[in-house]
Amino acid sequence: MYLLKLLVRNAFRHRLRSSLTILGMTVAILAFGLLRTVISAWYAGVEASAANRLVVRNAISLVFQLPISYKEKIRQVEGVEIVSAGNWFGGIYIDEKNFFANFAVEPKPYLELYPEFVLPPGQETDFVRDRKAAVAGRTLAQKYGWEIGDTITLKGTIYPGNWDFVLRGIYTGRYESTDESQFFFHWDYLNEMMKKVTPRRADQAGFFLVGIDNPNRAAEVAVAIDALFKNSLAETLTETEKAFQLSFISMTEAIVMAIQLVSFVVIIIIMAVVANTMAMTARERIGEYAIFKALGFRSYHIAGLIFGESLVISLLGCALGIAATFPAAEAFGNALSTYFPIFNVAVETIYMDIAAAFVVGIVAAIVPTWRAVSIRIADGLRRIG
Amino acid sequence: MTVPISYSVRNLWTRRLTTVLTASGMALVVFVFASILMLAEGLRKTLIATGSYDNVVVIRKGSNSEVQSGVEREQAAIIEAQPEVAIGPDGQRLLAKEVVVLISLPKRGSDKPSNVVIRGISEQSLKLRPQVKLVEGRMPKPGSSEIIAGRSIAARFRGGGIGETLRFGMRDWTVVGVFDAGSTGFSSEIWGDADQLMQAFRRPVYSSVLFKLRDSSEFTQVRERIESDPRMTVEAKRESLYYEEQSKAMATFLRILGMSLTVIFSIGAIIGAMITMYAAVATRTGEIGTLRALGFQRRSILAAFVMESLFLGFIGGLTGLFFASFMQLITISTVNFQTFSELAFSFSLTADIVVRSLLFSLVMGFIGGVLPAIKAARMNIVDALRAT
Repeated sequence: MYLLKLLVRNAFRHRLRSSLTILGMTVAILAFGLLRTVISAWYAGVEASAANRLVVRNAISLVFQLPISYKEKIRQVEGVEIVSAGNWFGGIYIDEKNFFANFAVEPKPYLELYPEFVLPPGQETDFVRDRKAAVAGRTLAQKYGWEIGDTITLKGTIYPGNWDFVLRGIYTGRYESTDESQFFFHWDYLNEMMKKVTPRRADQAGFFLVGIDNPNRAAEVAVAIDALFKNSLAETLTETEKAFQLSFISMTEAIVMAIQLVSFVVIIIIMAVVANTMAMTARERIGEYAIFKALGFRSYHIAGLIFGESLVISLLGCALGIAATFPAAEAFGNALSTYFPIFNVAVETIYMDIAAAFVVGIVAAIVPTWRAVSIRIADGLRRIG
Repeated sequence: MTVPISYSVRNLWTRRLTTVLTASGMALVVFVFASILMLAEGLRKTLIATGSYDNVVVIRKGSNSEVQSGVEREQAAIIEAQPEVAIGPDGQRLLAKEVVVLISLPKRGSDKPSNVVIRGISEQSLKLRPQVKLVEGRMPKPGSSEIIAGRSIAARFRGGGIGETLRFGMRDWTVVGVFDAGSTGFSSEIWGDADQLMQAFRRPVYSSVLFKLRDSSEFTQVRERIESDPRMTVEAKRESLYYEEQSKAMATFLRILGMSLTVIFSIGAIIGAMITMYAAVATRTGEIGTLRALGFQRRSILAAFVMESLFLGFIGGLTGLFFASFMQLITISTVNFQTFSELAFSFSLTADIVVRSLLFSLVMGFIGGVLPAIKAARMNIVDALRAT
């Protein structure tokens, strides 16, 4: 207890310098925390995926479609419980800036596949009954001020024209990690329109979502589905939902890597700043350390003093930084909700913050300690900082 | 009377450890700052070089990219008949009907798949893109399952190299040539015969029509005529603008990320410089008093300390730039959010970036040093001399 008091007192002997250092540490931890949160937001889709869902898509790439007739064949595969056809619609709401995910899906099986999308009773039946109906996530509806019964018009990019939907439901996420910014509507609506406009594009599904009874047999089922369509005009590629989401992230790997690198760079920068502060502190007190030695204190006492002081500074900064991370992440998440629908500070991030603070505190004290310990008593007493 | 500059420089030398630590903090910030500018510049260069101003791209109305677009054969024929289309030396119209699809290919080494643009080209495609040159092998024979790959595809994707085969659309396609398109987006594409690819992918429509203008100023009139034609639902854009729009989201993302990082990081570095300079002032109180007693003005003291801080920033700036210049050896490949396809671009250092980075480092040094310097200049001579 007495030691801690001494360390804190020592740390604040030079109030201005210590305050500046702590401020720098706070900013660094805040930046580090935000960057880590950006990375975890990137992986949000992976976190939210369930082990009992598979995604079937065209083996060539996502822009190719599969015949809707595949649906029944997939359903007959052993272990498959539910199948829903789906299409990425990619419509634009008013302006290209307002990006959100919008799909055409088969309402009943889709909602069964995604129990984490909670619709109030009544809204589900409304949605299933009305072919022009659509469902939006809570944050999406809040963002654009949509209410149940509103007509929403999306401009098609892949499917030309203006498409009108009636909002029949607003879902909330069951978990923290559930994406509440999706928009989905009837696959039939899209298909009927296609039959009218461009018949060659009708009866095609962009992907099939498959629910299986036993997650442990996912690989087996996936192989069985792909074997069905081997050497056909549209070969399939079946993966677990997690792998499907990961394939998207691996495409933008370079960016994720860069952000990760930069998050460590910020720690290195602050390490230099704290090390600088400690170097000055030790230089100023070299005479004191010599007196300590003369009194019979050992090297490890002095090392303890310097390391302790360094840790007091870095941990104080870290505590302030963590406290500031939450409101900052809140503001950031609101500003970037188009890019990252889910922006939560993970517990791991906090642990990493603390670990980083310890590393900074310890590394910063190494050189000054070595200097203070290795100096001869007479030299130390003679030296003026 | 001013304090000699050597005073400032030698002070930095005396406290080597502190100088190195502060300057390296600043160097890291400048490094990040310069790298992000270089990346944005590399992206811009790639896109500007990709499209040429005199070419017009025609895609289906409302589709944002060639991949989502579809132009019927009949519509392509109407566009071909426009009088504004340039005619080449051999009497052929400089117009290419192309088909563009994405295929997912595994990368070499990691086997992770990524989306690659495969473009079905027609006879005139190469003439319309003078920046594309065949560097190895030969052009594919029309009507055969042969393809040529862009240089960065050949290097980074399995089956993309010369003599290798790729399997898609129920056929094996042999890579018979590698083309180089400099730092343009075409280097991340695979090209083959349009009719063959349309067969293989069972796509009865083209994706886009590209033609060269007879006279660059006729763009507006040809656009209006094409877009108002009741037989078509298409839009026409200058090729250079088309490619710029393709990566707006990417460029915006880089800019937001870059700016926020730079602001946050520079706060850290400025704090570091401030700490250093305050300490320098505090330990040299006696010296400052002596200088003042010798007759140096407050102004000169202020200048000497600001100078020292500027040097600190400058050392950091130079070091940061030195390391950032090595980033030019790195090529970043990522998927463009908008086109959903692979795009490779590299860091590119320009004189402008060098100047901006050094200025940025000097500004950091100045902000860090100005308060301590003011404190030094305002010292009372007698008190300063008394301090030990």
